[in-house]
Amino acid sequence: MTAPFRQQDLEDSALVDTRLTVPGMRCAGCIAKIERGLAEIEGIDAARVNFSAKRVAVRHSPRLDQGDLVEALRHLGFEAQALAENPLGSNDKESRALLRALAVAGFGMMNIMLLSVSVWSGAGGVTRDLFHWLSAIIALPVVAYSGRTFFASAWMALRYGRTNMDVPISIGVLLATGLSVYETFAGEGHAYFDSAVMLLFFLLAGRALDATMRTKTRAGIGALLSKMGKSARVLGPDGGTSEIKAENLQPGMVMVVASGDALAADGVIEKGRGSLDNSMLTGESDPEPVETGSVVHAGAIALSGPMEVRVTAASSDTVIAEIARLMDEAGQSRSRYTRIADRASRLYAPAVHSLALLAFLGWMLAGAGWYQSLVIAIAVLIITCPCAMGLAVPAAQVVTSGALIKRGLLVKDGSALERLAEVDIAIFDKTGTLTLGEPQADLSPLGEKQRQVALALAQTSRHPLSRSLADALKSEGTRPAQVEDIAEVEGQGLAGTWQGTPVSLGRPDEETTGMASLLRIGPEETIITFADGLRADAKEALAKLAEQGILSRILSGDRQGAVEAVAKALDVPATALAKPQDKLALLEDLRSKGQKVLMVGDGINDGPALAAAHASIAPGTASDVSQQAADAVFTGKALMPVALAISHARRCMAIVRQNFGLAVVYNICAVPLALAAIVTPLIAAIAMSGSSLIVVGNSLRLARVKE
Amino acid sequence: MSGLLVLIPIALGLGLLGLAMFFWAMRDGQFEDLDGAAQRILIDDEDEEE
Repeated sequence: MTAPFRQQDLEDSALVDTRLTVPGMRCAGCIAKIERGLAEIEGIDAARVNFSAKRVAVRHSPRLDQGDLVEALRHLGFEAQALAENPLGSNDKESRALLRALAVAGFGMMNIMLLSVSVWSGAGGVTRDLFHWLSAIIALPVVAYSGRTFFASAWMALRYGRTNMDVPISIGVLLATGLSVYETFAGEGHAYFDSAVMLLFFLLAGRALDATMRTKTRAGIGALLSKMGKSARVLGPDGGTSEIKAENLQPGMVMVVASGDALAADGVIEKGRGSLDNSMLTGESDPEPVETGSVVHAGAIALSGPMEVRVTAASSDTVIAEIARLMDEAGQSRSRYTRIADRASRLYAPAVHSLALLAFLGWMLAGAGWYQSLVIAIAVLIITCPCAMGLAVPAAQVVTSGALIKRGLLVKDGSALERLAEVDIAIFDKTGTLTLGEPQADLSPLGEKQRQVALALAQTSRHPLSRSLADALKSEGTRPAQVEDIAEVEGQGLAGTWQGTPVSLGRPDEETTGMASLLRIGPEETIITFADGLRADAKEALAKLAEQGILSRILSGDRQGAVEAVAKALDVPATALAKPQDKLALLEDLRSKGQKVLMVGDGINDGPALAAAHASIAPGTASDVSQQAADAVFTGKALMPVALAISHARRCMAIVRQNFGLAVVYNICAVPLALAAIVTPLIAAIAMSGSSLIVVGNSLRLARVKE
Repeated sequence: MSGLLVLIPIALGLGLLGLAMFFWAMRDGQFEDLDGAAQRILIDDEDEEE
C-alpha cells in the first residue's frame, strides 16, 4: 500500500524506527484506526500497535520527526508521546527468565510424575529402579536450571547472616534431591524427585505471576510518563533552532519556549512575555504572568508564549535537582521495609529446621540407626517445605493487583500493597490531585452559535486553554462551524472568517484575574473563564477513606485562599503555602508519632513527601518524578481508586493471613506423619499440591469481591 | 518392558519438543502483546489495496 513512498525512501536513506506511547487506545477499533491511519501517511512504512503496553512502533523515513508523528496521531484522535527508554527500567528480563524456569520445571514435573505414578501403583524390581534412574536424569538438570533463582537468593541471604523464604525452600529442594539420588544408587527406599520438582514448579508459578504483575503495571506507568522538559529548542548563532536534551543544556544558551512547552532548565526571560503554569513545581494553581527579566524554573509549563529564555542553571543545579536530592534521602526509610513473606520466614525457617533436628535426635535416642534418623529428618524438611507459604503472598497480591488495574489503579509491586494496607492517615496535595489539575472551561456564557465557532477555532490550536475548551465543547456534542482562513498568531490567539464575519479567540485585552479567553464574533465579545475544578467524586472518596478509619488532610503549596476553598468544600483540615521541605517535615513529625501516612500528590514538589511516606499514590497526570516515587498510579478523572486501593489492599492482606493460616494447618496435619516415619513420596506429593491449590483457590476469591 | 524402551523416549521427546516450542515462542515475541492479540480478532479485514 505504501509502495510508491518506499521507493522514494530507499533513495533518501534507510528507514528509522520510533516508538510512541498512546495511553488513549482502548479497543480493537483504536488498533485498526492507528495502524491503518498511520500507514496511509506519506513517509510512514508501517505501524504496529502493542496494545498491552499502549505503544506504537512506527517505521518511517527520516524525513519525518517525532513531532510529525505525534501530530499525525493527534489528527487520528489520540494523544501521543515519543518514547525514550522506560525510566522505570525493564523487568522484562526477569519475568522471561522466570517463565523459562517455570516451563522447564513443568516439563520435568509432568514426566517425573508419569514415572512416579507407575512406581506408586506397584512397579517393582528392575522397572522401579529404571524409573528412579530416569527420574534422576530428568530431575537433576531441571533442579539445577529452575532452582537457580531460589539458590542464588538464599545464598545471598545466608552470606549476610540473614534468612528469607528462599533458605528453607533451597534446603528442602536440595535435600530431597540429594536423598533421592542416594536412594537411587542404593536401589531401595523412596525417591522424592517428584516432590522436589513439583515444589519448584509451584513456587516458580508464584514468582512468575509476581514478576508479570510488576512488568504489566510498570509498562502501564511507563506509558503515562510524559516527556516533561526533557529537551529544549535552543537558538543557534545563525538564528535557527535545534533540539537539545536537558542534560546537555549549558548556562548561557537561549531556549525558545512556545505555549505548551515545559521548561527544561532554570533561566531568565530575554524576550517575550506570557504566563507560566507552576502547579507542578509549587502547587500554585493560578498562572504566573512573566515578562522580560522574570526568573523562571525548570518544570514550569508555558501557557502562552513564545518566549526566549537564557539558561542560568542547567540539569544538576536546577530547583528540580534539589528536590530530587531531597527525594533520595527521603526514600531511604521505605527500602528498609520488610515484606510479610520475609517476616513469616523469620519465624518459620528456624522452627522447621529445629523440628527436623529434634526428629533426628529423637529417633537416634529411640534407637534407630543414623541413616534412618537422617531419612526421617529430611522427610520432615520436605513435607514442611513452604510450598503453600511461597504461594500465599504472591497469589493474593497478583489477584488484587489485577482487580485494581481494572478499576484504574496500577500498583507497582507487592510491597506497595502491603504498605497500603497499613496506612492510617491520608495527606492530599490539592492542585492536580484533589482537583483535576487542568483548566476547565466554564461554558455557561456561550450560546449555540458561539460554541460552534469557538470549537472550530480552538480545535486547531495546541494551546492548553484551547485544547481544554475544544475537549469540553466536543464532550457536549457541539459540532464545529465552518470557519475559514484560520490562522494562529503566537501569543495572540486564533483568527478566521465565519460567514463573512471576522472571528477570533485569544487573550483578553485587559489583565483578568485567573485564566480566561476572549471570543470575538464580529463586534460581539464573550469572555470564557477557566478554573481548576475538584474531581467529581472527591468527597465520596474521602468519605470512603474515613469509613475505613483513615482521616484525610490537605497539604498544598498553593495560596491560602485557594486551599481554604477546597478544604471547606471537602470539610477536611488544610495547610497552605507548604514548601517541599515543609511537607517532608510534617511527614517526619507524623511518623515519629507512630502514624503511617498515605501521601497522594502529583507535583514535583510532592516528590520528597511521596518518597518519604509509608505508602504513596500519584495521579496519571502527575510529573515523572512523582510517578516514579509513588507506589501506585491512578488513571482517569476519578479519585475513588485511591480509596479502593486501601480497601483492596486490606482485603488482600486478610487473605494473605488466611493463607498463612491454611499453610500452618497443613503443617500441623502433615508433620506428625513425617515424624512418625510414615511419609511416602505419594503422601508428600498429595499434601504439597493439595495445600498449594487450596491457597491459590482462596486467593482467587479476591477477584470476585464487589464494592 | 521392551514396550517401555520405545514409549518412554517418545514421551520424553514429545515433552522436549513442547518445551522447545515454548522457548521459541517466547524468543519470537509471541507473548509480547497478549491483550492486543485478543483485540485484533475483532478488527474487520478491510481491502488493504484501496
